[in-house]
Amino acid sequence: MSRFKKKKGGGTPAISTASLPDIVFMLLFFFMVTTVMRETTLLVENTLPQASEVKKIEDKSLCSYIYVGAPVAGMKSKFGTEPRIQLNDAFRLSSDVQEFVAAKRESTSEEKIPQLITCIKADVDAKMGLISDIKQELRKAKAFKINYATFERVE
Amino acid sequence: MSRRSLPEINAGSMADIAFLLLIFFLVTTTMDVDTGLVRKLPAMPEEEEILDDSQIKARNIYVVLVNAKDQLLVEEELMDISQLREGTKAFLDNWGKDPNLSDNPQKAIVSLQNDRGTSYEMYISVQNELSAAYRELRDREAQKKFGVNYMELKGDNKKEIRKMFPEKISEAEPKNVGGN
Repeated sequence: MSRFKKKKGGGTPAISTASLPDIVFMLLFFFMVTTVMRETTLLVENTLPQASEVKKIEDKSLCSYIYVGAPVAGMKSKFGTEPRIQLNDAFRLSSDVQEFVAAKRESTSEEKIPQLITCIKADVDAKMGLISDIKQELRKAKAFKINYATFERVE
Repeated sequence: MSRRSLPEINAGSMADIAFLLLIFFLVTTTMDVDTGLVRKLPAMPEEEEILDDSQIKARNIYVVLVNAKDQLLVEEELMDISQLREGTKAFLDNWGKDPNLSDNPQKAIVSLQNDRGTSYEMYISVQNELSAAYRELRDREAQKKFGVNYMELKGDNKKEIRKMFPEKISEAEPKNVGGN
């Protein structure tokens, strides 16, 4: 009658790893969905100032970013050390801001145009002269909503 | 001819591939949210239009000047940035008591002027302190009336508080005084 003999002993059975890929895939999809790839390479030094009264930007796709700062180390020989304006992937002058804003308007659907916001990401060492120039250009372009990008400081 | 069934593909390495991708996305993910101070720029003045601010009484304007050396001149007196918040609050929350300060918060205007040589960091700190002054007053009023902070209010209640302390920060046309 050894036919129905129970197996005894043999230690703990190995944990099934069959569901491991599923778990990993779940995590993978989560990170794939949340990942936002940087669309511009920074050509300027960009240490943002800190402020406590900050608001979050709800929809990043409505933002057009203007970077201001001194050129990064590799660019210094070519573009000098004075703070400059970066629009998209190149150094520009403040007179190009209007065109830049217009291009953003062009690519946005009509009902979202009033919600467009211009994000000024300026370095702490930038001078207000340059920022004022940008602001004047934005006023001319009728892009009144602006956001001074800052890090959040906890008080 | 014997029909052999196709051997099953070994899925054992699936987890490894998935892990590889997972680690890639883990490394590239940045979860930063964009934060910042939101402001609204005024419209460009018309050519012929002459700005007439003589109708606003001087007591209702709180003049904040920042020079090229990042020094602060508030109502013609040198001030440290740490005192600006309290100063602004006192100005707004005066209700006609002190003849040098505002009549009431609705009429009060903070006038900010900076030099072209002012650093951006200083400018942001000043803007932040002014915002903070308004926010603290709004919070106090909201606490008194509704028992919650201003940011937690909804709809009409929020509007009511905002109407009580409207954030009027006026920025003068930029000037170049410091000479940079």
